[in-house]
Amino acid sequence: MNTVTTSRQVLYSIENVKKHYPIKGGIFKTVKSHVKAVDGITLDIFKGETLGVVGESGCGKSTLGRTILGLETATDGVMKFKGDDLSGKTPKQLKPYKREMQMIFQDPYASLNPKQRIGDALEEALIIHTDLEPAGRRSKVNQLLKEVGLKEEHYDRYPHEFSGGQRQRIGIARAISINPSFIVCDEPVSALDVSVQAQVIKLLKDLQEKHELTYMFVSHDLGVVRHLCDRVLVMYLGQMVELAPVAKLYENPTHPYTEALLSAIPRPVVGRKTERIRLQGDLPSPTDPPPGCAFHTRCPLATERCKMERPKWREIEDGHFIACHNK
Amino acid sequence: MAQSILDIENLVTKFKTANGEVSAVRGISFSLKKGETLCIVGESGCGKSITALSIMGLLAGNARSEGSINFNGKNLLNVKHEEMRKIRGNEISMIFQEPMTALNPTFTVGFQLCEPLMIHNKLSKKAAFQKGIELLKQVGIPLPEKRMKQYPHELSGGMRQRVMIAIALACNPSLLIADEPTTALDVTIQAQILDLLNDLKDEFQTSLIMITHDMGVVAEVADRVIVMYAGEIIEEGTAEAIFNTPQHPYTKGLLSSVPNVDDPYFKLNPIPGTLPNLNEQISGCRFHPRCPHAMEKCIQHSPYRTKRTENHAVRCWLQEVEESEYRNYQPTSAV
Ligand SMILES: Nc1ncnc2c1ncn2[C@@H]1O[C@H](COP(=O)(O)OP(=O)(O)O)[C@@H](O)[C@H]1O
Ligand SMILES: Nc1ncnc2c1ncn2[C@@H]1O[C@H](COP(=O)(O)OP(=O)(O)O)[C@@H](O)[C@H]1O
Ligand code: SF4
Ligand code: SF4
Ligand SMILES: [Mg+2]
Ligand SMILES: [Mg+2]
Repeated sequence: MNTVTTSRQVLYSIENVKKHYPIKGGIFKTVKSHVKAVDGITLDIFKGETLGVVGESGCGKSTLGRTILGLETATDGVMKFKGDDLSGKTPKQLKPYKREMQMIFQDPYASLNPKQRIGDALEEALIIHTDLEPAGRRSKVNQLLKEVGLKEEHYDRYPHEFSGGQRQRIGIARAISINPSFIVCDEPVSALDVSVQAQVIKLLKDLQEKHELTYMFVSHDLGVVRHLCDRVLVMYLGQMVELAPVAKLYENPTHPYTEALLSAIPRPVVGRKTERIRLQGDLPSPTDPPPGCAFHTRCPLATERCKMERPKWREIEDGHFIACHNK
Repeated sequence: MAQSILDIENLVTKFKTANGEVSAVRGISFSLKKGETLCIVGESGCGKSITALSIMGLLAGNARSEGSINFNGKNLLNVKHEEMRKIRGNEISMIFQEPMTALNPTFTVGFQLCEPLMIHNKLSKKAAFQKGIELLKQVGIPLPEKRMKQYPHELSGGMRQRVMIAIALACNPSLLIADEPTTALDVTIQAQILDLLNDLKDEFQTSLIMITHDMGVVAEVADRVIVMYAGEIIEEGTAEAIFNTPQHPYTKGLLSSVPNVDDPYFKLNPIPGTLPNLNEQISGCRFHPRCPHAMEKCIQHSPYRTKRTENHAVRCWLQEVEESEYRNYQPTSAV
């Protein structure tokens, strides 16, 4: 945690952002319905912080990340980066903003060209976004390789010659190569073994400090999130259910879904008999989310009102928000 | 004391590869009692799945096992294919991380559930269908009649894993092997599956070998734990021993590589480096290239197994150092 260094300067402000995917069907491929992958997210991302985004798979974490990076067109909402409204900007006008925002993926292998040397892959972004000469690019790549814990001689190697952890280091090198200020890390350590995972987490922390990066850290691992994040957003079916500073969220989880998520984690402690909150059933479909509070079909505290009325997003304590009728 | 149903002695499993023969499992021994849950942990590639597949007799064509796997008095390594197939259906079952690899996408859940019941238990079609529905109910699947007619892709990940468990339990096996059964699932669904496995174990006294890399899952289900590194067992003991007094630097490393969700001040202390390749030659202790405590002796000689207590054994030279420290009160410095 680096709460101390977090300033309250807003870097990115998003308001009521939605991303709905049309589902086509029938012989005429007409739009039958929509997957409400992201359904109204409003928050400020502060400069220098790490904002965790958690929730079960399919709740819209990745879509939120891609949408605010402009990799997907938002269905609705306002996004302001450093105060500038990005909506309605042409691709050319967006270029300087895109340069400031990068993404690190769960599976860096999928985003690397198997036939391209690692050095060339890293140079690509430098060619597009900087006016460095070939020699300058080469030395920048060498410096990047070292910075992420790889070696200069890795320049000439191909993706398949690297282990999962090394590939993630390459993914990180590529993300930081053009000095972005904001990086969405989408499950960057989820596919890695615990020891390698810990090494990569350390690297991400070091780089953040050194380059004053702002992270949005998407993960389903609540242990990693507690360790790395300053604030945490909990999502359910594309919606926000709780947002709080990390200590508050873990010590005083308030939304019934957050409580259930935290209590479901198996603890590495023997003989600890906990009363686990058992969530019944699976996540409902985001195509047809339950009316009222989307969580009511699985919520142990659900009342009649929850089935009809969507709970309002409200601040219960300084910086601690929830959407629930009964808390 | 309950008697053991599985006794593995000096199991070695090798693969023929283009670069010669390599060993994925290097002489491991352990046993399992009736009703006991044993967890096997370690980084991916350390030989957990190959150990399980060796027991199941489901290794790839280029593999060969030595040693002995005694199950209910029979050495499974000497059993004929046909008999092994019967044992697999009846007495030992396995569930996998990704149920889609084990479920046949072209058959309904009902078919896949009923077939073994008809073959192994000689049930009629009707009786098998009834039993199938019962099994689905038992693993907590709502609307079992409807599910019987569905195909695997129509089910969610958690639901598919339940179907896998139902199939695995169909013939009341005395040994169940679960290879990372919850790794691909969300924590909420994982919790449901772990509860289910625990309930079933209590009800049927099934012995369970659970392979996982998640120390939280281990603490939740294990009676005993085996820690594997590069094909060897480097530490074994009761769950209490492994979590409360871990001895091997690798075990300690595994425990401090996972941020504790309850500890805001958790210090992440990763094990440096990665698991060696199977064809890498390593002298002495196979962990020495990554071990912060490696001494001259570790590079020269493979440590032997030291029993700390009746229920806790370690393979590490530090045990010896510690013992002599106690004896002479002379500090021994690590190189
Ligand atoms: N390109 C797409 N087209 C249609 N549906 C999509 C697309 N991408 C994601 N979805 C759906 O949106 C929902 C949210 O997905 P995602 O953002 O990947 O969730 P998460 O990252 O939290 O697991 C899921 O139901 C998913 O199936
Ligand atoms: N058919 C095979 N031929 C050669 N090597 C194999 C084969 N199957 C597995 N291996 C190797 O055996 C080692 C142990 O694998 P495995 O038991 O699957 O590890 P894990 O502990 O992750 O389950 C790995 O290095 C793997 O690459
Ligand atoms: S609004 Fe109702 S259903 Fe939703 S989380 Fe709160 S109590 Fe549960
Ligand atoms: S034997 Fe030596 S190298 Fe191996 S784990 Fe023990 S101290 Fe480390
Ligand atoms: Mg995702
Ligand atoms: Mg495995």
